[in-house]
Amino acid sequence: MDIRLENASLHWQQHCVFSGLNLELPAGQWTSILGQSGVGKSSLLQLLCGIADDADVSGTILCSDGRPLSGRVAWMAQDDLLLPWLSVLDNVLLCARLSRDRVSTEQREYGHYLLAQVGLGAKADVLPKQLSGGQRQRAALARTLFQDRPLVCMDEPFSALDAINRLRLQDLAAQLLADRSVLMITHDPLEALRLSDRVLVLQGSPARLSRPILPLGATPRSVRDGPLLQQQGELLALLAGEVA
Amino acid sequence: MAAIARPLCIALGLTLLWQCIVWVTGAPKFILPGPGLVIDALLDQLPLLLRHAGVTLAEILLGLTFGVILGLFSALSLITWGGLRRWLMPVLVISQAIPVFALAPVLMLWLGYGMASKIAMATLIIYFPVTAACFDGLRRTPTNYLKLARTLGASWQAQLIQIRLPAALPAFGSGLRVAASVAPIGAVVGEWVGSSTGLGYLMLNANARMQVDLMFAALLVLALIAVSLYFLIDWLARLLVPWQSDTLNTPLSGSGRNR
Repeated sequence: MDIRLENASLHWQQHCVFSGLNLELPAGQWTSILGQSGVGKSSLLQLLCGIADDADVSGTILCSDGRPLSGRVAWMAQDDLLLPWLSVLDNVLLCARLSRDRVSTEQREYGHYLLAQVGLGAKADVLPKQLSGGQRQRAALARTLFQDRPLVCMDEPFSALDAINRLRLQDLAAQLLADRSVLMITHDPLEALRLSDRVLVLQGSPARLSRPILPLGATPRSVRDGPLLQQQGELLALLAGEVA
Repeated sequence: MAAIARPLCIALGLTLLWQCIVWVTGAPKFILPGPGLVIDALLDQLPLLLRHAGVTLAEILLGLTFGVILGLFSALSLITWGGLRRWLMPVLVISQAIPVFALAPVLMLWLGYGMASKIAMATLIIYFPVTAACFDGLRRTPTNYLKLARTLGASWQAQLIQIRLPAALPAFGSGLRVAASVAPIGAVVGEWVGSSTGLGYLMLNANARMQVDLMFAALLVLALIAVSLYFLIDWLARLLVPWQSDTLNTPLSGSGRNR
């Protein structure tokens, strides 16, 4: 299912952050949007998730199958948002727990399976406070996978992690989200280039989306990949050029 | 070991201070009886004290139960119907602005001299703190939890029961602690204004008959009830939120000295 966002606009205190913005999310592709803080990336993402209530943001969302997008998006925030009173497994099963039906045995088994996939098989019954930052974000990834939605929206999902954990989680996410449509917001050009099929830059005032950069090769790309590092340098210069 | 030794030390220290004041001021025993006399009165009149203490304890516990249920219910109504908030909040504040002590005679008139008026007093005095604490807890749910619940397709009820309510439990615990510490005040004030049983009645009666040692013994029993109640509720409130860890015992300085 291709998704198209048309004519999106965001205003902040009577000031136009962007308007007339169009965004394409081709089916099964990983799209990343890079940009500085305050350029409206998160609001754009929350608009797609249907949770942008503190921002004055609007736009038309079109899906190629003609049905509305609401209820078909999974959201993964920078903060893992694990509920502290539920065990790790129950957090993964949250989608099922919040629905009217009881959690079935198959769902439980699937939850265990996903936790094993993200390397937390032994931590199913502990409370989130006993997990490290990297483990918490892994659990959040398992929760996102459990939802099994056609579009996954990630808002700087790995930015709170240390460099090593970030690389590991990027590899894991690339492997587990391989054939899904993903929209990822990030500050980190390397992250965008390693994981994405298409990288867009949102910048300017009012902000505009750049033409997509299409990194070559299969994801996740190695951090020792020469052309990738070249592109990272160019992207950094492009992003920093605004400030200078 | 320290858990037992410390309260014992505090009790002993306070008793010693009390005895010293009696020695230094030379107060006659109908003004300030020494600890020895009070303990004697306590042991002498134990059945009488226990009978009255039972009544007061029942008033406190029933008042606490009603107050907490009523407060919880009010907080849930306030969060459920936004329009209600504008109407009910002023009423709530007024109910708290009128001193419960001033209401006591009226309650006596309406509910009689029995336990009902005292239970109403205790209920009234804890109603506002519990409502305010629960309501604050319910409306301060982290917005991202609610956003996540929405992307997960949670209904409004599911959000209230599975997200808002658990997130409000720490605040509810604080409300409970306040309630536990003020509920005895409501019950005893009620007994002062008019009653024929209870520790408050016993104290007034003993005072009028110059049995100051008995009065102090009743006061001691009341203090014991209030303190035990507080610690019991505090313990229960901690059980409610096993995911919250205390930061009170972490070292304040960077050296990380273990105590």
